[in-house]
Amino acid sequence: MARLELSNVSKSYGGSQVLHAIDLVVADGELVVLVGPSGCGKSTLLRMICGLEDITDGEMHIDGERVNDLPPAQRGIAMVFQSYALYPHMTVRANMAFGLKIHGADKAQRAARVLAAAKALHIDHLLDRRPRELSGGQRQRVAIGRAIVREPRLFLFDEPLSNLDAALRVKTRIELARLHRELAATMVYVTHDQVEAMTLGDRIVVMHEGRIQQAGTPLELYEHPANRFVASFIGSPTINLVPATTQACSAAGARLEVHAGCVVDVAVDGASLSPGQAVEIGIRPEHLRVADGNAPAASVRFGGEITLIEQLGESHLVYLRCADGLELVSRASGHTRLRVGDRIALEADPATLHVFDAGGAACARRR
Amino acid sequence: MSRRPVRAGALGRSALVHLALGGYSLLVLCPILLVLLNSFKNRAGIFDDPLGLPTKATLSLAGYGKVLGDAAVGHMFVNSAIVTGVSLAAILLLGAMAAWALTEYGFFGNRLLALFLAFGIMVPIRLGSVAILQEMVALDLVNTLTALVLVYIAQGLPLAVMILSEFVGQVPQELKDAARCDGVGEYRIFFQVVLPLIRPAVATVAVFTMVPIWNDLWFPLILAPSEQTQTITLGVQQFVGQFATDWNAVLAALSLAVLPILVLYAVFSRQLIRGITAGAVK
Repeated sequence: MARLELSNVSKSYGGSQVLHAIDLVVADGELVVLVGPSGCGKSTLLRMICGLEDITDGEMHIDGERVNDLPPAQRGIAMVFQSYALYPHMTVRANMAFGLKIHGADKAQRAARVLAAAKALHIDHLLDRRPRELSGGQRQRVAIGRAIVREPRLFLFDEPLSNLDAALRVKTRIELARLHRELAATMVYVTHDQVEAMTLGDRIVVMHEGRIQQAGTPLELYEHPANRFVASFIGSPTINLVPATTQACSAAGARLEVHAGCVVDVAVDGASLSPGQAVEIGIRPEHLRVADGNAPAASVRFGGEITLIEQLGESHLVYLRCADGLELVSRASGHTRLRVGDRIALEADPATLHVFDAGGAACARRR
Repeated sequence: MSRRPVRAGALGRSALVHLALGGYSLLVLCPILLVLLNSFKNRAGIFDDPLGLPTKATLSLAGYGKVLGDAAVGHMFVNSAIVTGVSLAAILLLGAMAAWALTEYGFFGNRLLALFLAFGIMVPIRLGSVAILQEMVALDLVNTLTALVLVYIAQGLPLAVMILSEFVGQVPQELKDAARCDGVGEYRIFFQVVLPLIRPAVATVAVFTMVPIWNDLWFPLILAPSEQTQTITLGVQQFVGQFATDWNAVLAALSLAVLPILVLYAVFSRQLIRGITAGAVK
């Protein structure tokens, strides 16, 4: 297995630059998920790692070997495509063995490797069928099997689950996680689905407009987003963003006046802020509770009218509109007796707040 | 199960379409049928009742006897087969490869080359007959099958490239990428991944290309009229005399000349149908 290292990698098409100075290290055996909205450059980056796109600038190393100019096959990688890209005129067996055959593996070795991979993926009974006779999930397994038999140094996945239905997607996701554990392989996985990213990734790389916004473990990203974009991208429903003004700030904390006139002390590094500055605070929906009078006096409070309630069974979402038009969403477990139109107040513990400066950068939360 | 009502309008339209297509088929088949019918009659039968079926009195295989007994005719068939076969193989191979190159790779002059080939569809090659003849004379290729093969490749290539480009372009990009990840070389991608997928299109081009080549009279007449290099289409003319024509032999030779093309068509059309149904069922 292998360590992948990108330093200062960028990509331009003609005059327009689509990737800006990407630095990324994928450790041996790690599964890194590239996530971001469509057009953020994540697929392009993956294709560059694969060798299907030229690297305009920068260096790429696999296990210390510079691979910028090597064709895909010589980089020792295997890629699983969104559309599976199985050869339609070949059987499953031939599909999986094609790459091995090209590399000159002998017949017995090919058969053994294909069978082993097929057994691991539970597709050994399908080996003589053609791709069009398989269901979407089975095709997906064949595509993964084709990658496995080549025993690559690095696995690349390009949105491999997006053509599957919801139930199958969850199942395949769990299987991919198991596969990653069993193979202990280095993998780079591209998706736009944050649930996939959160559940699969050892580390997540959030991309936006051709730049890495933040890289870190799923919980790091969730609890300590580096900026407003990452905070809004990770987490569902989206984090609530509320305008606020700084009153006093230091490295130890910041005193903010939140829109409704309530003043709170937030434990963030406010050294970069100055008093009187407009900022935004971020509150995760699960940190907004319906006020019951028991909260500490220092809480942030928002009074308003309920516009929508979504009962999800194990939890419920309450959508609130404040008098000044601010919209908030709160999530709590179980059911609720509240109704649309009820006037309530939502409150949050200042310790759970995120603070973003005018440029969108987060003030580090004190852990 | 919901039953779809068959509307009278749709039925009428379908009947009209069938009528038109049936009528056209009849129009096309009649002359061939006439040739076939009369090839089995004696001379008197042909002239007395050209549209009649051969009767006991008029049935004669004299034409076939004469044609098949003539060693030169066999030679002409071989010439036709060589010219058609070699040209067809070259057109399909070079056409598909050119189509792949023009659609897959961006290189300098790509569009210019595509336009140049498209130009070949618009200008009939016969306009260049004089220049071609001069060129063949200069190359010392007159009265060789090579001359014919070269001309037919030039004649068939533009349309082949255009049709095949369309189909090569439809081969999904990810499939080619997957093959490249598998370490498959570009030639192998073309032969083992792309070509099998565009087989129906290749069959279509084959059918459209081979008929004009087999039937051509013009270029065999001006480029290779020698006894050694005559094709069957040209050779049939030897039975047509200035003062007397051996109609039995002409008709028999023409009937026989249709056969190989029918066989080839049957072979390719199976591919055609397979391609169409494979696409429909997906």
